[in-house]
Amino acid sequence: MSAIQETPGLAAAAPRASVARRGAWLALGLAVALAPLWLLESFHLFQLTMAVIMSLAVLGLNIVTGYNGQISLGHGAFFAIGAYVTAILMAQADWSFYATLPFAAAICGMVGYAVGLPALRLGGLYLALVTFSLAVAVPQLLKHRALEGWTGGVQGLFLMKPEPPAWLTARVAITPDQFMYLLALVVAALCYLLAWNLIRGRIGRALMATRDHPTAAEAMGMDIAALKTRAFAVSAMITGVAGALSAAAVEFVAPDSFTFLLSISLFVGMVVGGVASILGSVFGGLFVLFVPNIAESISRAAPGVIYGIILIVFLFVLPDGVAGLVRRVLARLGGRAP
Amino acid sequence: MDAFLLQLAAGIATGGIYASVALAIVMIYQATHHVNFAQGEMATLSTFIALTFIQAGFPYWVAFGATLAVSFVMGALVERLIMRPVQHAPILTHVGVYIGMLLIIGNLTGWVFGYTTKVFPSPFEGGGPMLGGLLSAHQLGSVGVTLGVLVLVYLFFTKTSLGLAMRAAAYNPRSARLVGIRVDVMLALGWGLAAAIGSVAGMMVAPIVFLDPNMMLGILLYAFAGALLGGIDNPPGAVAGGFLVGVLENLAGAYIVGTELKLSVALVIIIGVLVLKPSGLFGRVVFSRV
Repeated sequence: MSAIQETPGLAAAAPRASVARRGAWLALGLAVALAPLWLLESFHLFQLTMAVIMSLAVLGLNIVTGYNGQISLGHGAFFAIGAYVTAILMAQADWSFYATLPFAAAICGMVGYAVGLPALRLGGLYLALVTFSLAVAVPQLLKHRALEGWTGGVQGLFLMKPEPPAWLTARVAITPDQFMYLLALVVAALCYLLAWNLIRGRIGRALMATRDHPTAAEAMGMDIAALKTRAFAVSAMITGVAGALSAAAVEFVAPDSFTFLLSISLFVGMVVGGVASILGSVFGGLFVLFVPNIAESISRAAPGVIYGIILIVFLFVLPDGVAGLVRRVLARLGGRAP
Repeated sequence: MDAFLLQLAAGIATGGIYASVALAIVMIYQATHHVNFAQGEMATLSTFIALTFIQAGFPYWVAFGATLAVSFVMGALVERLIMRPVQHAPILTHVGVYIGMLLIIGNLTGWVFGYTTKVFPSPFEGGGPMLGGLLSAHQLGSVGVTLGVLVLVYLFFTKTSLGLAMRAAAYNPRSARLVGIRVDVMLALGWGLAAAIGSVAGMMVAPIVFLDPNMMLGILLYAFAGALLGGIDNPPGAVAGGFLVGVLENLAGAYIVGTELKLSVALVIIIGVLVLKPSGLFGRVVFSRV
């Protein structure tokens, strides 16, 4: 869990080259992100949409666990809340998807803040324990009779994915699947931008200081309690937005889509992608979606076993995940010592 | 009133199971100051091994003993091969490794032994309902076994020099090493013992809930709750906590929240204990100076 490596000298010495390089990276990223719109069939495009959504969920987890050091094994709960808020508002109250999104974010943020309060008193392992039990209990809570009028109980809720708006369809031919992918991409990009701005500034440094040395951080005047609870709120908000997007993309929510395995996958995705790495969350999302699909072709039990083995191997061999590997390879190619 | 007594008795019976898993968790905590999330999966695997022995034609208690031995070796091996390399890693790594083991062991069990639920024999068949029809023979027997294990563990820790050495190794590894205790052997021993105790819990619970690879997930949660309620550093406390959680769960399920929300009872107990009285009912209050 080392601090983020920065190369201030490079940016200061050659600002123009750095801007050009950044622009090139941005263009490349944009091309890679948009190419699937034309290249992929609708099912694979749907899968990629889910990968984008999962990477957003992993990003949320990374903020509280990676950057702030509060281990959460229960982020599937926030994902579920986000999904259900959107589904209930759309299916029961006929809201448009766009109107439900800020609502889902706000509710998840509040729940996250509320979970963050008892979490303040719990050190590492105990917090993992509590969030683990939250993850296990979530499907039961969603199935409960008192909520059945809203949640549709075991049967779940059906909803429709947002239609592409008229001004867009008038100009380009775009299917609902393509539009959903675009929508997920835009929302995810906004959240990534938000997270990136949060992490690279004063607050991000404070979050990491709180994680690495709480006593010193407190001695330097940081309000640990406020930082930790707000980190939880932001994290839950982002994961909740991912959940809301997933409800729209899948067009269906049911309690058994949010078992504790979802929370575990997010955790595995975070570790494999790279703990405390924004870029790592992207890899994490891709991993969470595609590796189980590949493994499932071997056996029903295979995804779990492969997940577990990959998780342990990464912790032993590559503790900074794929993102760390990429960073080192790039540094090597650029002729700099890693 | 009869219904209430029946619920109470059923609670004590399931509480016995929680108590033995809680005991296994506390054993690991005693030896390493960590909580093993894979404890339930390890116990399930042990129970499947026991079933294999029984189906091969061994008498129940021979299979029981053999399973204890196999589980002990399995626990010690896990410590040696998987936990040892990350001994000094940050806590996130430990949690990750536990989760990884949970996934691997749980799914391998399903892969090898299949996902169909199986009937597991009880050594306490026959005899019919006891104590005025409140408890079945198996329930009474499993409570007895849990208490027996507790007494053995207690005697081991307080009356034998090996138990003393284990406590010393966990309490203060550096000083323990200085007086000639082999701390790493003690760690492996602690893991082995915990796995063996877990396997007892598995074999006692399987006749009640039937054996399948996911048998232990809910039970693990109640066991966590029990261990925390009784005090995570106190074996008798954990057993008392396990029984208490069993009774609370059954009474709350019958009279307050309904059976669908039983798991949430465990969640509420865990959060409640950690927030209101983190040391548990019988635990030692630990102060740390910064």
